[in-house]
Amino acid sequence: MRRQLLLKDINVPGIQSYDVYRRQGGYTAVEKALRGMSPEQVTEEVKLSGLRGRGGAGFPTGLKWTFIDRKSGKPVYLVCNADESEPGTFKDRYLLEHIPHLLIEGMILASYAIGANTAYIYMRGEFRWIFPILERAIAEAKAAGFLGSNILGSGFSLEIHVHPGGGAYICGEETALLESLEGKRGNPRLKPPYFPAVMGLYHCPTLVNNVETLATVPSIITMGGAEYARIGVGKSTGTKLISASGHINKPGVYEIELGLPVEEFIYSDEYCGGIWKGRQLKAVVAGGSSVPILPADLILKTAKGEPRLMTYESLAEGGFQTGTMLGSGGFIVMDETTCIVRNLWNFTRFYHHESCGQCSPCREGTGWMEKVLHRIEHGEGRPHDIDLLDDVAKKIEGKTICPLGDAAAWPVSSAIRHFREDFEYHIRYPEKVRNPKHFEIEPLVPRRHLATA
Amino acid sequence: MPRIHIDHREYDVRPGRNLLETCLSLGFDLPYFCWHPALGSVGACRQCAVKAFANAEDTNGKLVMACMESVADGQRISIRDPQAVEFRENVIGWLMTNHPHDCAVCDEGGSCHLQDMTVMTGHAYRKFRFNKRTYRNQYLGPFLNHEMNRCIQCYRCVRFYKDYAGGHDLDAFASANRVYFGRSDDGVLENEFSGNLAEVCPTGVFTDKTLKQHYTRKWDLTSAPSVCVHCSVGCNTLAGERYGSLRLISNRYNGSVNGYFLCDRGRFGYEFVNVSSRIREPRIPVNTQGESWEEHVHKATEVFRGTRIVGIGSPRASLEANFVLSRIAGRGNFYHGVSSSEFELSKTASQILAKGTVPSLSLKDVEKCDVVVIWGEDVTNTAPMLALAVRQALRNRPMEKSIAANIPPWNDAATRERVQQERGPLVIGSYGTTRLDEVASMTFRASPGALSRVGCAVANQLDDAAPLAGTLDEEEQAVANEIVRVLRSARRPVIISGVSSGSMEVLQSAANMAEAVRRHNADTGLVLTFPACNSLGLALMEGRPFAELLHEEQDRRGTLIILENDLYRHADPRTVQKIVALFDHVIVIDHTWHETARNAQLVLPAGTFAESEGTFVNNEGRAQRYFQVYEPVNGIRESWRWLLTLGNALGVSQKGPWNSHDEIVRALAASADVFEPVMRVAPSANYRIYGQRIPRQPHRYSGRTAMSANRSVSEGKPPEDRDAPLSYTMEGTRLPPPSVAIPFFWWPGWNSVQSVAKYQDEVGGPLRGGDPGIRLLEPTSKAPLYFSVSAQKPPEVIVVPLHHIFGSEELSVLAPAIAERCPKPYLAAGPMTFGMHTADHGAVMRLEIHGRMLTLPVVVDPAMPKGVAGLPVGLPGMEYFELPASASVIMQLQNAE
Repeated sequence: MRRQLLLKDINVPGIQSYDVYRRQGGYTAVEKALRGMSPEQVTEEVKLSGLRGRGGAGFPTGLKWTFIDRKSGKPVYLVCNADESEPGTFKDRYLLEHIPHLLIEGMILASYAIGANTAYIYMRGEFRWIFPILERAIAEAKAAGFLGSNILGSGFSLEIHVHPGGGAYICGEETALLESLEGKRGNPRLKPPYFPAVMGLYHCPTLVNNVETLATVPSIITMGGAEYARIGVGKSTGTKLISASGHINKPGVYEIELGLPVEEFIYSDEYCGGIWKGRQLKAVVAGGSSVPILPADLILKTAKGEPRLMTYESLAEGGFQTGTMLGSGGFIVMDETTCIVRNLWNFTRFYHHESCGQCSPCREGTGWMEKVLHRIEHGEGRPHDIDLLDDVAKKIEGKTICPLGDAAAWPVSSAIRHFREDFEYHIRYPEKVRNPKHFEIEPLVPRRHLATA
Repeated sequence: MPRIHIDHREYDVRPGRNLLETCLSLGFDLPYFCWHPALGSVGACRQCAVKAFANAEDTNGKLVMACMESVADGQRISIRDPQAVEFRENVIGWLMTNHPHDCAVCDEGGSCHLQDMTVMTGHAYRKFRFNKRTYRNQYLGPFLNHEMNRCIQCYRCVRFYKDYAGGHDLDAFASANRVYFGRSDDGVLENEFSGNLAEVCPTGVFTDKTLKQHYTRKWDLTSAPSVCVHCSVGCNTLAGERYGSLRLISNRYNGSVNGYFLCDRGRFGYEFVNVSSRIREPRIPVNTQGESWEEHVHKATEVFRGTRIVGIGSPRASLEANFVLSRIAGRGNFYHGVSSSEFELSKTASQILAKGTVPSLSLKDVEKCDVVVIWGEDVTNTAPMLALAVRQALRNRPMEKSIAANIPPWNDAATRERVQQERGPLVIGSYGTTRLDEVASMTFRASPGALSRVGCAVANQLDDAAPLAGTLDEEEQAVANEIVRVLRSARRPVIISGVSSGSMEVLQSAANMAEAVRRHNADTGLVLTFPACNSLGLALMEGRPFAELLHEEQDRRGTLIILENDLYRHADPRTVQKIVALFDHVIVIDHTWHETARNAQLVLPAGTFAESEGTFVNNEGRAQRYFQVYEPVNGIRESWRWLLTLGNALGVSQKGPWNSHDEIVRALAASADVFEPVMRVAPSANYRIYGQRIPRQPHRYSGRTAMSANRSVSEGKPPEDRDAPLSYTMEGTRLPPPSVAIPFFWWPGWNSVQSVAKYQDEVGGPLRGGDPGIRLLEPTSKAPLYFSVSAQKPPEVIVVPLHHIFGSEELSVLAPAIAERCPKPYLAAGPMTFGMHTADHGAVMRLEIHGRMLTLPVVVDPAMPKGVAGLPVGLPGMEYFELPASASVIMQLQNAE
């Protein structure tokens, strides 16, 4: 039985509008919270629910809320991170576009809990068409008395502003986002000394949450944190949106209960519906382009032979040697004809393009990796290139100011770890890989499958 | 004092600093790029990685960026750890992926921080085998050359330009490894401190464009410690010469004066030394003959013998030259070569410094102040480096908060995040718009009379004993109250004023303010600026303004000796002509042709600062020695040497035989108490280090045997310097010289200017052995020195002096690069200044000042109050007017287009 909390009403006609959203039971959580709960109680429910940040890092949301320095005497800000731009992730856009009031409701609750009277939605610049949708939703909510001053007579006031980004991926990193929101160049800040909860936007305490995280809050308030925590497995509670893409029969955004076996997710008709064209599964990038890629055998079962589940813990089982991360839930499936090198080149090209250029390892390293990968993929590879690539990636990992360096290095390291044969093939048969569809024409048969290996 | 362990050895270090500074101060070679001693840490380049261990048992450790870690007691780090060494090499490897291999044709080569760091990390083998990124370069004006391909994205340029110097037109553009540092469009870099980018940039992106005109590698320069002659601050410079022309001015670190930076006038104004209008040989009446120039002069001056000798000294000539002239002329016959008003102002200013209770502050001290009041001075244009210091001082008040939050001041990224746009109080009382207005908490634009009224009222509110100067209107009262409020709130207030306002009332009211604040706060400081590099030195000497020659009995004719002075810049033409006509003979000693020299019978070519040695007294009262960079050719001699020759020729006996610079300095020191310390400013000419001189040339100096081979194949004997302990060769001691006599900064492995760290006690601190220069003036009085300011009835329109960093100074404007930035003569006026006449931009006005007509286009300064107009001072093509002055007849000739 799958339960849906976020996408329950997504197909109701007109759900974008306040009236329909309200008719479906929208804003009852706000009424419940503002009429009968203290901010601390709201935070407590979220803590109870075990909700973890849906932006990728999976940090407990309730705990993050308690970090907000409320004694500073300065204004507290809530910032919704809607700068979703990781390749393979498109869940936030789906929510923003189709059910904007859910986010607004979540933002009211979160603002109430942390004592913010001003909230910002920092939205990816490319989501241009969503701006009017959000602006209208905010205006509707304000007209209905859910935004503005003294909401529902509770004395709590909130204004939400939508702020367009300039289209830089790095501005999804929370401190770069704050810099950008302040009108500066979107370079990440060094942490320590400051963390946004104490010194965020305009050096005031600031909570930065992902769209999906905030959109989950109304359900938690409505059903109660304890009830929400009953969904899922262990510390991975609740439901999660998965953006499924790649070589599957039914790509799209799915809401799953955490704990769903990966195999079921890929092959069941309820979700991805299996690999397209009847092909075999080769690899999966389970949590957005930055998490380590896993080959078919390791994504379906852990190294210990247990079935892999869609939870934060199960996907990370085995560390980076044999595991990966749930990340933002960008689930990219690759069939047997996929060229891992080509895919990796594409990812790396993205990270190179999006590096902010502040610290040396990422600024220079990502460009270098992209060039090496381009060379390998286009049949110009040299025997030392694989080791060089691995070396450059290792020198970036953990040595940069923000996580973009890691995000660029992990896919490279993991691809080499699990698919070294693909790289070696490219270097051994340069003439074959010059055709971009090389593995469609002649799929790579892994050596261990060969009788003569 | 924390004790830290570096590679298993213990060191006691100073608390509150970061590991990188600490390691460098201890003498370790740790590479870095984005950190700069004056700019702090941002942790971006990742070059200074070291291994940090949790405790004595920890053998794994982890890599940390030394620039981002505070020192802590018991800390254990390793610089030599193989992983750290490898990582540092890798960082260079990354930076080199896009850095061109053009060292051989790069202006930075040989003094390049990137080169040094590359060698230091041992990066020798190139793993990156792709094409390099390329950029389009920009035209950035006459000062700097732009070569973006060399950029390693350390961000120091924008951090200096925007954060430190307050510039607006340089920024980081684009992202990833395409980050571009430049302007949004080609154009002149507007900030007055842009030239520092040539030194702040660790490689050859920004390089000195004037050096490019006559390029010489750092190691081929003959250099000497020098002092800037282009304003009264007296920044320490290194002047480099090759083939008889001055090639380069670069910063000479002085922890108390200019620190790591110079202004553009000081850095690029040097080319006046090389211009064609230099006086290169004596102009002597034709009928004389002689073996040497000295003999010529002897014969030529025979007819002058026995006449009365009158000397006019100069605020831009050294103490020594002025002193010798004053002795030749004798008591009562030495005149200061400044206008009467400047004379009075400078005298008063020197009295304030000597007889008041408030000490004058060095630039370093100004940087430590938290409240700044600027009264009547446009410091960006009259003492540019002072403006830079003020900008740093304004960070102190808001930084108290970040320091309270345990953010050390060296952590630039975090501090700026915390401080944001907040600034400490800066009150500017001025005639019109000034560059610092943008960072001021309050501006008060008024006439000299109103400025002095408010200044005196502030002093009076703080101390009843301070006299008032008239009653204030409502607005003035509000301003006075606000100034009193910020001054009372200050931990370390500083009052800045000076001579350039031209107004005695303004200067005195500023002094009253400082004295009154001093009653409340013992940390109060005062800074007074002067018009020229040795104005204060001259003011400390006896004498009268030269215009008084007119009022003397007319029958005593004689010989007039004018030392390094164009009198037409200090008095109106008619006065100068009348004075000159009083004398039978006029002798001019100067280095550049001007109206005064052209009209003299005998002209003797003086050495510029680069061709002579001497002592200047800067605005702080600090006596500073500059050394000869190269032996001048032809008849060019140091002014004081020509004066000695003249003295002999004219038969004026001196007290003792002076033959060398040292002897003059000794006599000067004996002449007055105030000059006594001048003897100790620099070591005497016979100073040696283990019997060796200090070489002006680095050991890598090339071409010595070949550079004169076109004249003679046998290598000539290098000139011997009889007046300084420096030699004109590369032979000599390699030990660090005394701080005052450092001819260039170089250390094994550190060829760039960054090697200055090796000459400091600790990074950013004073030079080893103390910063050069000795203060001559310390306040001695216990009782405040208050001036009763006379309130004069203001004229309908008062014309005040306006100063331009590029243009107002006599010498620098001769340099082509500076001349390019020099404005055309104009008349500044507020929209309401001329009452019924509309003063629009571009309208041409005719006005009368001191009975002389003047026709100029109007530049509207919206900040100028009614009744105030401004006239730029000293621009080429503008006659001298004594300002402030009333302007009486006004006529609008032409409307604005």
